[in-house]
Amino acid sequence: MLRSTSRVLPGFPLALGITLAYLSLVVLLPLTAVFAKTTGLSLQQFWDIVSSPRVVASYRLSFGAALGAAAINAFFGMMLAWILVRYNFPGKKIVDALIDIPFALPTAVAGIALTALYAPNGWIGKILESFGIHVAFKPLGVWVALIFIGLPFVVRTVEPILEDLETELEEAAASLGAHRWQTFRFVIFPVLLPALLTGFALAFARAVGEYGSVIFIAGNIPMVSEITPLLIITKLEQYDYAGATSIAVVMLVFSFTLLLAINGLQAWTDTRTGRKR
Amino acid sequence: MAGHPTNTLQRLRSSETIYETNAATRDPRWIKRLLLTLSLSFFVLFLVMPLIVVFTEALKKGWSTYAIALTDADTLSAIRLTLLAAVIAVPLNAVFGIAAAWAIAKFNFRGKHLLITLIDLPFSVSPVIAGLMYVLLFGSKGWFGSWLSEHDVKIIFAVPGIILATVFVTFPFVARELIPLMQAQGREEEEAALVLGASGWQTFWYITLPNIKWALIYGVVLSNARAMGEFGAVSVVSGHIRGMTNTLPLHIEVLYNEYNSAAAFAVASILALLALVTLVIKTYIEWKAHRALDMSVQTE
Repeated sequence: MLRSTSRVLPGFPLALGITLAYLSLVVLLPLTAVFAKTTGLSLQQFWDIVSSPRVVASYRLSFGAALGAAAINAFFGMMLAWILVRYNFPGKKIVDALIDIPFALPTAVAGIALTALYAPNGWIGKILESFGIHVAFKPLGVWVALIFIGLPFVVRTVEPILEDLETELEEAAASLGAHRWQTFRFVIFPVLLPALLTGFALAFARAVGEYGSVIFIAGNIPMVSEITPLLIITKLEQYDYAGATSIAVVMLVFSFTLLLAINGLQAWTDTRTGRKR
Repeated sequence: MAGHPTNTLQRLRSSETIYETNAATRDPRWIKRLLLTLSLSFFVLFLVMPLIVVFTEALKKGWSTYAIALTDADTLSAIRLTLLAAVIAVPLNAVFGIAAAWAIAKFNFRGKHLLITLIDLPFSVSPVIAGLMYVLLFGSKGWFGSWLSEHDVKIIFAVPGIILATVFVTFPFVARELIPLMQAQGREEEEAALVLGASGWQTFWYITLPNIKWALIYGVVLSNARAMGEFGAVSVVSGHIRGMTNTLPLHIEVLYNEYNSAAAFAVASILALLALVTLVIKTYIEWKAHRALDMSVQTE
């Protein structure tokens, strides 16, 4: 297993031992428990649970709102990355630091703050209400919360790639007579694309499982504004362990698939940008 | 998750960026104005306003209501529990992160990529499922449930469950910061120390630790923010017993659902301040990393 050259440094058995033991105890054993719990069900029972109308409605909301939010994040995240790398403007350092606020702000705080903003009497809700748009306690509220928590993922994956981009590429394009837009579309964008997709996928993955920031603003009406993680909690509170676990398995399988896709996207980013890992 | 320090020397210099002085990379002025207006409006609308509203709502009924909400016995016990969970979870994950990074960055072994992926797993597990896992293990009907109740040990709906859930959600933070850095640093310095007769621990304390100090602090600060702010996972295992198993985020929910909005936002404002402090420290560390890089470029 080990190459002899790497044996110079001590501590490998200890470090790897701690790593594997701790990983198994904290992550792998508990995850196994989820999958093991569903083995008590027949395939038919499992399918009936995870395809019941209320559960399917929750998938539609969770996945649909997460996709919509990730798309918004991709668009504005890319733009924010662009202005942070390419332009100077007053307060730039503060903007750069505050981009990470969704990572640092607890989800429950974000949840009640967004609800206060978008409630019918809130600062933003009041304005939207006059146009007949209702956000808080409606499915649209879920989307708003998911936009908030997903934004930094796109900015922080696109930003470093944009910073490392050689200006020679654009100089070559310009000297060959390309317009600024053509340069962006055919020279810059293809290099950024894998990173943009990675950021999109990260924001999407986070949004699908999000709970804290959503439940305050969502309204949580079954079949209408009930997200999948909330449904898991509801089943758990009714002592329906099999139901909660079955839905959890569906979400886990989805998350792990997405994780593999993200790893693939990152490898693609590295080949596109000529980086080594 | 958050970006690593990257080489952005031009961003430290003021006035115009190098992109704006170069005709080939300069955007037309109207494009610049349009992009700045659109993206900064979005930034203010989605990121700044929620932050401001926390503080205005918290102080809506005046400072005395604010002070009463913060000094309430249940709030104080929630602060204590939040601190306890973070004080246990963060150091555990820091030690794990160092061990994992040492094994992964300094040695070659089969299955390394799989191990890195497995370390990242908790990031892609919904917090609610994280809580559910521990209920399935330690709850009254769980794998170890009957053994635990025989020995009168309570994990779910008690403090140990909250700590476990916190450990899970903050699991990858330190390891993720350290692994790429230690991989980039290689092992020459450690090998030199060993050749010169240092022991393994001496090498670690005097060579490795100073080299990874800032990334370690960075990871600790980020995992601390997550530990103190975790809601979903902790919510599932806590049972919401007031004054007993409520952390600060859970206490916010309780107050909010009792229509005690001013108190809920008062408690929320402590966590919002914590988030701001976290970002300040994070920015400071990134600034230090940039400066170190800037100097190493100049001496080249």
